[in-house]
Amino acid sequence: MGYETTPMNALLEVQDLHVAYGNVEALHGVSLRVNEGSIVTVIGPNGAGKTTLLAAIMGLLPVRGEISYAGASVARSSVEQRVATGLCLVPERRELFAAMSVADNLLLGAFQRYRAGDKSIARTRDEIYQRFPRLGERRTQLAGTLSGGERQMLALGRALMGKPRLLMLDEPSLGLAPLIVKEIFSIIATLKASGVSILLIEQNARAALKVSDSGYVLETGEVAIAGASAELGENPRVAATYLGQSVVAGPKGSPGLVRQ
Amino acid sequence: MAMDLSIATLLTQDGITNGAIYALLALALVLVFAVTRVIFVPAGEFVTYGTLTLAALQLGKPPGTVGLLSGLALVAGILELCSALRQREWRRLPKRLAFYVGAPLLIAGAVQLMAPLSLAFPVQIALTVGIVTALGPLLYRVAYQPLAEASVLVLLIVSVAVHFAMLGLGLWFFGAEGSRTPAFTNASLRLGDMTISGQSALVVFFSLVLIGVLYLFFDRTLYGKALRATALNRVGARLVGVSPTLAGSTTFTLAALLGAVSGVLIGPITTIYYDSGFLISLKGFVGAIIGGLASYPAAAAGSLLVGLLESFSSFWASAFKEVIVFTLIIPVLLWRSLTAHHHEEEE
Repeated sequence: MGYETTPMNALLEVQDLHVAYGNVEALHGVSLRVNEGSIVTVIGPNGAGKTTLLAAIMGLLPVRGEISYAGASVARSSVEQRVATGLCLVPERRELFAAMSVADNLLLGAFQRYRAGDKSIARTRDEIYQRFPRLGERRTQLAGTLSGGERQMLALGRALMGKPRLLMLDEPSLGLAPLIVKEIFSIIATLKASGVSILLIEQNARAALKVSDSGYVLETGEVAIAGASAELGENPRVAATYLGQSVVAGPKGSPGLVRQ
Repeated sequence: MAMDLSIATLLTQDGITNGAIYALLALALVLVFAVTRVIFVPAGEFVTYGTLTLAALQLGKPPGTVGLLSGLALVAGILELCSALRQREWRRLPKRLAFYVGAPLLIAGAVQLMAPLSLAFPVQIALTVGIVTALGPLLYRVAYQPLAEASVLVLLIVSVAVHFAMLGLGLWFFGAEGSRTPAFTNASLRLGDMTISGQSALVVFFSLVLIGVLYLFFDRTLYGKALRATALNRVGARLVGVSPTLAGSTTFTLAALLGAVSGVLIGPITTIYYDSGFLISLKGFVGAIIGGLASYPAAAAGSLLVGLLESFSSFWASAFKEVIVFTLIIPVLLWRSLTAHHHEEEE
């Protein structure tokens, strides 16, 4: 691809990743790199394999290819081992524990740290309550009774309880009110400032490219275009397909449109 | 014979005592199903192993469960070696071998050596509970863990196989004759016309204590919460680093503990044969079904109902007592199937 020449450390390096559901291959040799301390965004139409990519990196799916994280291959490690090394995923469906309280959901986010004997869990929790005051107000409420925005905050907070080095966010703004979307993106920016690297999947390509350092366009299981976010924003094909129309309302039937 | 107050008291007392034991089994069934999706058919074998192990220790004989525990430990050790070899991952092996081979062999050895000494009754009970509980995680490792991702049906078939295997081994270890263990106490309390036996009171007391301890475990500790989280959302639990193996292993340990304690509690009440377990666990299962295999309080209440129904039907129609108990499940299932639609929508 040869776009990135800055000598930064790669935190995550995915090479020639293939993922198949039975006989159907969903990813055909995807390569991708996330540098330490940067935000990388992956955009693309529905069904391009974005969620599959994150699930594969997390270890939820069997893969062929190489995934190296923090300088070591993790292709053989279990999900739990990856979580223990600070690789955390906030999935599109949030996957909260609905019948448990907000506080318990957060506490479970630190399960691996607890097992490792980490004593600073309570401090992380207080930081999260500071960052998301709404969660602090609702700490005894059951997760299943929260609003969509609050659930997303809780999912983010739960992942942050694991002290991630690389946080993977799958559609964090999906289905949320514009005001909350704005808040989520400002949180993503402050997370970067606190040293967390982020791999972001977004339908809201404009906002995602604005907040990120570099980006990839994933189409039908392959990387179609890659580059620095600013370059991608100016790329005519990206502009036409992913930025040309307003993200909310695009003309029906246009090929590769993100979302109607 | 006509029903009078003293008979009614006696039957109620019997029903509650048995119901308390069924409740322990129902909790084990609900717990195992919620966390691992396994229908725990061999629950009853843990009960018989509990009673019969205690009975063997009473006679100063090393119980057959010693051999089973050692055998399972060796198989689990080989499985761990193979999986380490396949994944070329050796770092975790010593810890796993210590858990799956070292600890069980230590328990088995201790029981083998201590059996001939004439030990105090509470020590015998502790050894029994220890050795039968230790079977739980090993059974999970050997029979279920390799298939953890399989469908509920496959896991059920495995459970049936495990049930028959344990049944056969039970016959081999303990023989065909039944055993009864001595009562914990012969004391009784007279309240006017009613007599409350100390034995029944102790059974109910120990069941309540165990249920209380389990409640605290699930409500207060992070490991307990991790098990609940696995039951609520398996993907979510994996994403916070709760491995299905850890959850399954812990769950089976608790289920085996519940089975072993039930066995110790039921020993003085009825004569237990190597094959008595299935019917006992089936009654716990009816209780668990009343709770929809999901709700612990409903399962416990259901088990109490089963116990009472059983004891009263044994008075009025003793030939039909099992029929009446198991027929109870039909209206419950009917009612559940009518309300099931509502449950799917919750998801």
